[in-house]
Amino acid sequence: MMHDTKKLWRSAVLPTSYTLSNIEQGAACCVPIPQIQVENLSVSYHGKSVLEGVSLDINKGCITALIGPSGCGKTSFLSTLNRLTDLIPGCHMQGRINIDGVDVTDPRLDVLALRRKVGMIFQKPNPFPLSIRRNIEMPLREHGLRQRSAIDERVERALRDVGLWEEVRDRLDAPALALSGGQQQRLCIARALALEPSILLMDEPCSALDPIASAVVEELIQRLRNRYTVVIVTHNLAQARRVANFAAFFWMTERVGKLIEFGRCQSLFDSPSHDLTAAYVTGISG
Amino acid sequence: MLKNSFRLNDLLMTIIVWLSAALVVGAFLWLLSDLTLHGIAKLNWSFLVSAPENAGRDGGIGPILVSTLLILGVALLATIPLGLGTAVYLSEFTSGASARSIRMSLNVLAGVPSIVFGLFGNALFCIWLGLGFSILSGGLTLACMMLPIFIRSTEAGLSAVATEWRHGAAALGLTQAAALWHVLLPAAAPAIIAGLMLSIGRALAETAALIFTSGYVDRMPDSLSDSGRALSVHIYDLSMNVTGGDQSAYGSALVLIILLVVINNVAASLANRFLSQRITSS
Repeated sequence: MMHDTKKLWRSAVLPTSYTLSNIEQGAACCVPIPQIQVENLSVSYHGKSVLEGVSLDINKGCITALIGPSGCGKTSFLSTLNRLTDLIPGCHMQGRINIDGVDVTDPRLDVLALRRKVGMIFQKPNPFPLSIRRNIEMPLREHGLRQRSAIDERVERALRDVGLWEEVRDRLDAPALALSGGQQQRLCIARALALEPSILLMDEPCSALDPIASAVVEELIQRLRNRYTVVIVTHNLAQARRVANFAAFFWMTERVGKLIEFGRCQSLFDSPSHDLTAAYVTGISG
Repeated sequence: MLKNSFRLNDLLMTIIVWLSAALVVGAFLWLLSDLTLHGIAKLNWSFLVSAPENAGRDGGIGPILVSTLLILGVALLATIPLGLGTAVYLSEFTSGASARSIRMSLNVLAGVPSIVFGLFGNALFCIWLGLGFSILSGGLTLACMMLPIFIRSTEAGLSAVATEWRHGAAALGLTQAAALWHVLLPAAAPAIIAGLMLSIGRALAETAALIFTSGYVDRMPDSLSDSGRALSVHIYDLSMNVTGGDQSAYGSALVLIILLVVINNVAASLANRFLSQRITSS
């Protein structure tokens, strides 16, 4: 089954060159150059397996949505990609993950460099209890950027990229925690973008936001397409359908999370090749 | 009928809660007003700066205030870095058996009577390390007593910092040191300050441990290796050993209470300023 779906989406797209172009709407604007290659990945907590045998390629510049019911290992999968699993006691992963040709499961890997390249946005906005400016500036400084003008430039660009600049330009030194939830989440995205990552992992970035803020963040995610490889966990199927080029459907079988189907978002929703996927995307189960 | 009995219960509970609160506040107010009534007559500038005369019946508490502050200073200088280090180690770098055993020993230490600390300090600092009866010995002994309180409170503060921030810091590729310095410690600052206040309170109130370590001498200390009498020791001496020393004892006790309030406020405002600077400066 895995093999079939891979063949399916590989044959469905024509390779073109990858550019940082203006954002085109629609599902056909990114190209299938795999940037993240996952092979036979399994994750366990204290010996209890939560995710088994996941293999998929995530394409550069595309938005890939991970969908499926709660507890089926989507967040665990996401956390392996920037090795945030290292922080969870008792967490163990097996298998191979290649990002731009580097095996990120290697214990000798410089995880700080990896996490700089692979940014992550969390479900609950988590700006630090610092000023708006320092939330972006502090990680930059910690990564060795010292020049005042360069820092200011990056802070402004990151805030402009997320559409927050006009809203906060006159109160950059105000506490970040005084911002609204949606603004906080966009600040977190700006904070990640300022480090110039090439991949962004998003763990249900809109689920803690009100509908309007959620729509703003969703639009922002749309705009990240082509510039960044985005992997997004979402429970909102309509959202997945709107933003994603590719979708991966996870499901629990025998209390272990498995990847059931992976393919172009549209085909996964409109003509799923697996019964479970069909049932889930049409709302019959899950 | 049923409804009425519920209301009666509520009424009863309200009365009990109010009574216990009133009892506690009342006891404290009684103590404070008694101190103020008896001590206020003594309280003037010359009492604060002049040396005690006639075994403390007359004169002031100048040298004693200086000794007290020096002892407290030594204790704080030892407690803060050691305590922060241990708390960070406990909350960030270790878990399981070693953390449990350190925590347990801290709990035991926190419960050890101060007289035992006095004898221990006397044996270790005065005799074994050859510091003699001195402000240094007294301050270091106090530090031993303050450390468990300070560490537990700081560690609790650090552990209570949201995992979102820890994960957020890690996901940005920050080192553990950067996360601690920029995020975790500032976020834990209120708990750290609270621990410091409790420790200072315990230190200023301490008598038994100091009698054996910093001694009784009520002269102005020349250096940290001089013996120096702390306020609490002075109060104890005046009320137990000096007939006719009650007036001075009341005056000294009032000064001690005021000192505690002043130090607490200064520390809190310093911490506040430090914090808001960390949060807003660019």
